[in-house]
Amino acid sequence: MFFLDSIWLIPMFPLLGALCMLLFGRRLDPQTTGHGDHGHDDHGHGGHHHEAGGKKLINLLCPGMVLLSFIFSLGAVIQLQSVEGHSYEVIKFTWLAGLDSATTAGALARFTADWGFLLDPISSVMVLVVTGIGFLIHVYSTGYMAHDGGYYRFFGYLNLFIFFMLMLVLANNYVLLFVGWEGVGLCSYLLIGFYFLKQSASNAANKAFLVNRIGDAAFVLGMLALFSTVGTLKFTEVGPALEAGGFTAETAAFGVLSWIALLFFIGATGKSAQLPLYVWLPDAMEGPTPVSALIHAATMVTAGVYMVARSSAIYVLAPKTMLIVAVIGALTAIFAATIGLVQNDIKRVLAYSTVSQLGYMFLACGVGAFWVGIFHLYTHAFFKALLFLGSGSVIHAVGGEQDMRKMGALKDKIPVTYRTMLIGAIAIAGIPGLAGFFSKDEILWQTWISHDGAYRLLWALGLATAGMTAFYMFRLMYMTFGGESRLDPHTASHVHESPKNMTVPLMVLAAGSILAGWIGTPVAFGPIHEHLPSLEHWLSPAIAAEPAAHEAAAHGEEAHHDTTMEWVLMFCSVALAVGGILLARRIFDRKTEGDPMERGLGPLHPVLYNKYYVDEIYNALFVNGLAKGGGAFLSRFDARIIDGAVNGAGWFTRFTSTVSIWWDTWIVDGAVRLTGFLVRFASYPMRMLQTGMLQNYAFFVVLGVLVILSYYFFQFP
Amino acid sequence: MFPVTTAHYLFLSTALLIIGTVGVLTRRNIIVVLMSIELILNAVNINLVAFSNYLQNVNGQVFTIFVITDAAAEAAVGLGILIALFRNKETVHADEVDILRW
Repeated sequence: MFFLDSIWLIPMFPLLGALCMLLFGRRLDPQTTGHGDHGHDDHGHGGHHHEAGGKKLINLLCPGMVLLSFIFSLGAVIQLQSVEGHSYEVIKFTWLAGLDSATTAGALARFTADWGFLLDPISSVMVLVVTGIGFLIHVYSTGYMAHDGGYYRFFGYLNLFIFFMLMLVLANNYVLLFVGWEGVGLCSYLLIGFYFLKQSASNAANKAFLVNRIGDAAFVLGMLALFSTVGTLKFTEVGPALEAGGFTAETAAFGVLSWIALLFFIGATGKSAQLPLYVWLPDAMEGPTPVSALIHAATMVTAGVYMVARSSAIYVLAPKTMLIVAVIGALTAIFAATIGLVQNDIKRVLAYSTVSQLGYMFLACGVGAFWVGIFHLYTHAFFKALLFLGSGSVIHAVGGEQDMRKMGALKDKIPVTYRTMLIGAIAIAGIPGLAGFFSKDEILWQTWISHDGAYRLLWALGLATAGMTAFYMFRLMYMTFGGESRLDPHTASHVHESPKNMTVPLMVLAAGSILAGWIGTPVAFGPIHEHLPSLEHWLSPAIAAEPAAHEAAAHGEEAHHDTTMEWVLMFCSVALAVGGILLARRIFDRKTEGDPMERGLGPLHPVLYNKYYVDEIYNALFVNGLAKGGGAFLSRFDARIIDGAVNGAGWFTRFTSTVSIWWDTWIVDGAVRLTGFLVRFASYPMRMLQTGMLQNYAFFVVLGVLVILSYYFFQFP
Repeated sequence: MFPVTTAHYLFLSTALLIIGTVGVLTRRNIIVVLMSIELILNAVNINLVAFSNYLQNVNGQVFTIFVITDAAAEAAVGLGILIALFRNKETVHADEVDILRW
């Protein structure tokens, strides 16, 4: 089992690449000062001597490392098929070893976190998505970033990101997962702020980092609560520990498991851009487009979905939190979709689309269909990466312009980009046969049937979102490629198709967008469903079933599958998608006067265009209110109370020292001087005898002799 | 010729002692002071020799020889100190050497 035993190597390749780039990359980087489409250049001086060689080495090394990871992942996943239980764990060494402690239930537990790697069905899907799509995006970047400064830095960060993302999906415990979780956050920060000389880019990077901190704090709390409840943080042990601890579904009260699940979900809302923490993702579009494709569409933002699916054992016991997850997911989906309807920046449309699709994934998780969440994550990775890379290709073609109002009629000028993006747009719109259709319809179907139809309001939201998605995606397509050209003449003459290293990844992803969905065909497809491999079947050992479904299976009752209803719902969503596409075509595939959306939506338009003023509200509430207002209060507190106390203490010290000085000068010194004076005074007569004159002393000697002699004279006369 | 008795020697000795003592106490020149000390010593010598004769005991005369020897050594040391003093203070007057006082 060579590949399985070396799964720990999978993240190490990109780490090696990242270290090479970040330590020595500067020497390899030609640092071209060329005519970059963004015109950003952080190193003005260009050393041209070993230009081609160094860049070639970077182009070979960084995507090569990710390709190696992909090959190893593929090998490991193939070998995993033959492993009992489809789960394989490699523990390299114990990273954190704690002391014995007691869980809240009183059982003995020992906190440990291993440097351990777990390959099971969920992580195998993730690892293939991350390395496969990561590799394609690396290749694409060699073309897209060719004219930008900091080439080595970009690839170093990108490889570092792949490393952390692989740590995240391969970790066998929550602590190591958190290492990857924070690491991808760091790389996201670095790459959003890649053009750090641009104020808006560095602001967006800070915003992403800060907003993510809120979620991360909740995630850490959830992790600690989980440990103190079940006494383990290993994925493979949480489920059995919950069973052994006698935990049952918390249907009545909002108990500790519900809180843990909720805290984990708050962590996921930060990383995966759900309400209310989604605000950073649209701003993250300040980063280079490949970054948006890789981090902010295909991989990192789906980490929250992965983590929730990974924690399915906890979630199935917390039905109230599941409801929260489903509601937040559905609300985010429709909320972001409505904003996406009116945005004019091509990347922002895609960003809101991503938020909306992530909402779908959480909706799936929330209704208990974790495998569908992972399924949509996987199909979404293809078509959203494709759409982002396509938009990058468009931006590249029109010289850095991102406003769709200044594009149009690019269809024939960049045909490869157009065709591949069209496939992506059809896929996300949910036209049957392509990837998005299968996963989106499965989500809607699972929502429809879950809880005996109690969640049908959420289904309606999902359906509406599906229609809007089709509409805004084709609005994007027609505004960009159809209608008449609104380019300024200078740019129009320079429009060119992107080089091969950018178009080939587009084509591969387009193929993926067509084919990826066929591993999750609906049950209604009958024989097709039975003969194609099923992702649900593959994922089922790694995902906990809801207690109700569990009981049904135990009683041997196969849930009754309403095939007719499934066909009806499928027809509904497809009809809505086609309707959305046709509407977009009617409005945008022609010469347009002004903004048709503005006319069509009337007073609603400014609200949507300004994103429901959420950024403004957050600014007022948190930035100006909590942060600045609180800051002003704290500064006053500091100036008055803290400084006052310090100054008071200072004054008091000065006062006491003044007293002390007086005491010292007059009392202590006075006593010493008085002693000295008294001694001098008393010794004065004696001192006067010491004249220093030799003969005086001799005189006294003689006088003494005379005295003694006279004594004898008078004694004995 | 009237006989010279022991009493005469004693008077002479006493006179020399007084002259020497007054010399030591009153003269400023340290050389003179040293000479006065010699007078005192010689007064003692005369006393010793006089009583040696009177008592017909030779011990006094022997002791005198020692005193003379001692006086010679003492004069040498005294003059040495005096020369060293002169080198430092350029004076041989006792009243000008009075720094060792209160």
